[in-house]
Amino acid sequence: MKNSLINQSFENARKENRPALLTYTVAGDNTKKKSLEILKSLSNYVDICELGFPHNTPIADGGQIQTSAYRAIKNGIKINDVFSIVSNFKRSKKDKPIILMGYYNMVYQYNENKFILKCKKTKVDGLIIVDFPYPENKNFADKCRKNNINFIQLISPTTSKLRLKKIINDSHDMIYYISMLSTTGGKLKVSAKEIITQYQKIKNYNKSKNVVIGFGITEKTIKSLKKADGLVVGSAICKEITRSIKKRQNAVTNVINLVKRLNNKIK
Amino acid sequence: MKIKKNIPLIDQHDKFGFWGGKFGGSFIPETLKKPIEDLTDEFKKLRKDKKFLKKRDFYFKNYVGSPTSFIKLENLSSYLGGAQIWAKVVSEANGGAHKIYNATVHALICKAMGKKYIIGDTGAGYAGKMLSMAAKKFGLKCKIFMGAKDIKRQKPNCDAMKRNGAEIVPVYSGSQTLVDAVSECMRYWVSNCDNTHMCVGSTVGPNIFVKICGWSTAQISKELKAQLKEKFKKIPKKLKLINCVGGGSSAYGFWSEFIDFNKKHIELIGVEAGGPKKSLLHAAPLSRNAKIGVLHGAASYVCQNNEGQIHETESISAGLDYPGVSPIHCFLKDTKRARYTYATDEEALNAYQLVTKFEKLNPSLEPSHAFAEAIKIAPKLSKDTIIIVNSCGDAKKDRDILKERLVKN
Repeated sequence: MKNSLINQSFENARKENRPALLTYTVAGDNTKKKSLEILKSLSNYVDICELGFPHNTPIADGGQIQTSAYRAIKNGIKINDVFSIVSNFKRSKKDKPIILMGYYNMVYQYNENKFILKCKKTKVDGLIIVDFPYPENKNFADKCRKNNINFIQLISPTTSKLRLKKIINDSHDMIYYISMLSTTGGKLKVSAKEIITQYQKIKNYNKSKNVVIGFGITEKTIKSLKKADGLVVGSAICKEITRSIKKRQNAVTNVINLVKRLNNKIK
Repeated sequence: MKIKKNIPLIDQHDKFGFWGGKFGGSFIPETLKKPIEDLTDEFKKLRKDKKFLKKRDFYFKNYVGSPTSFIKLENLSSYLGGAQIWAKVVSEANGGAHKIYNATVHALICKAMGKKYIIGDTGAGYAGKMLSMAAKKFGLKCKIFMGAKDIKRQKPNCDAMKRNGAEIVPVYSGSQTLVDAVSECMRYWVSNCDNTHMCVGSTVGPNIFVKICGWSTAQISKELKAQLKEKFKKIPKKLKLINCVGGGSSAYGFWSEFIDFNKKHIELIGVEAGGPKKSLLHAAPLSRNAKIGVLHGAASYVCQNNEGQIHETESISAGLDYPGVSPIHCFLKDTKRARYTYATDEEALNAYQLVTKFEKLNPSLEPSHAFAEAIKIAPKLSKDTIIIVNSCGDAKKDRDILKERLVKN
């Protein structure tokens, strides 16, 4: 997938000598309309947008993303709403890559093939399925590739060397490195140096893959990891949305300001 | 889809961990791949290790208190007429329920792997209580994840956990019951899998946890097989084994030695929680035709909506109040080896009253669901039919609920 939007975004960032910035928000948080508005505004300041499928038994998400997901579900978000958010988004931002992220049961209930076709139709660029690890995901990932959708493999500090090589060999344009043993939004408990060392191991194995680091990335920690190809901020944004709702402030403005601050730290 | 003979059911899965090609598996985040692989290797090694088996048998005998008794419920049988009703009184096991088998084995594995911390989920509080006991016995630090709603309704077991030095972590997300406790426990493990061992409290979760739990509770049917031969000289010709099913650990343990028999000879009956009579909510994915879905790392029949969001469940019995079920039971259902039905809250309460009126037995609300089915079918059956109910828990933990509900009625 050489000409994928995802690849291009990393290239652009590289030319500017900075890591790509990726953000994660939950579809439907806190309403369908609002989350689309947030996504559209965000996309002016970030390289790649990740959009989460809210799920009510998430086994890898911390408190912030859980709160966002429960809020979205409570407000009635459905799988097809998530897709309609994507197609609406793509209508005005056709060059901005969007990655859907969720749990396997959503895909399974929708039907794998139908899900992939729907992704293709709505111009989804990539997929992350948190609880669908390698090698179980191989067939599904191949199907994604055939439809020009990037299936994004995850690597964690516990991934063995042998496994790492296999995963990288079968990966598409982007690999997601989980910074530490944690659910999303945990406090960064390993040093930036250690994370970069691990990250470098993946890069050394295949330089052509774009490797992003996620989990525990906030305004405080982002600068220390700017060597990476890309950095994902999720929980910090969900937290900002929660805070804005509580204080009855404009979530869109607050999130944009946060993203601007993040951008300044990795220039 | 077919069950193979002479191979334990827990081992009849494919290389990705699926029973019958579609139930089970390991739907886990990447971070847990390695710890689960390590645990899988360790368990494979330990179950063939004579020293480990000797240790397990020693603790089953001297700590758990095996074998638990097998008794005829004379009064109940003659009151109902028809089949003879017997009970395997598993609630005599140390701590008052079958959960002690799985907890003991997990504590031994945790020790063997050199980990100092052990965590677990609990609904009725038995899995948590037993894990806290085993942790104390083997010198491990223990954390138990429990829904806030369950903490309120199963106080006696919470008190026991605290006395054993375990920390109870209340879970406030979602329905605040077992389903959320398991999610939270898995999330904690994701963050601490380097020094912490996780015990899943039933035959649910990623493949390896189904196997370890089933291997542990299988002790129940090993005992029963010997006891049947002792009481009847041979295995009776018409036998029905009735067990409640939440996650399904006691039912699998109760049945595992009898799965190879013809179902006309030995019928296996699982009773799920039907919830309150007039409620739409229940916890009976097998008997009320839920669709297959992925919950807590495994594919099974799951109470869920079309979108794959997990339904809230409702049952008077915290131990059965779970939207999923063991992949092994899904396999037994689809191969038609076992039959699954449900009892409502009211039927379980009535069964509890009837059993305690006639017998010196105090089954908790979970096995009361199984007794409800026994009471329903016994009068229609011949005198030479033997019904055995696994009385797998003691009602001490339910005293507050029983007090409230039985006064009202």
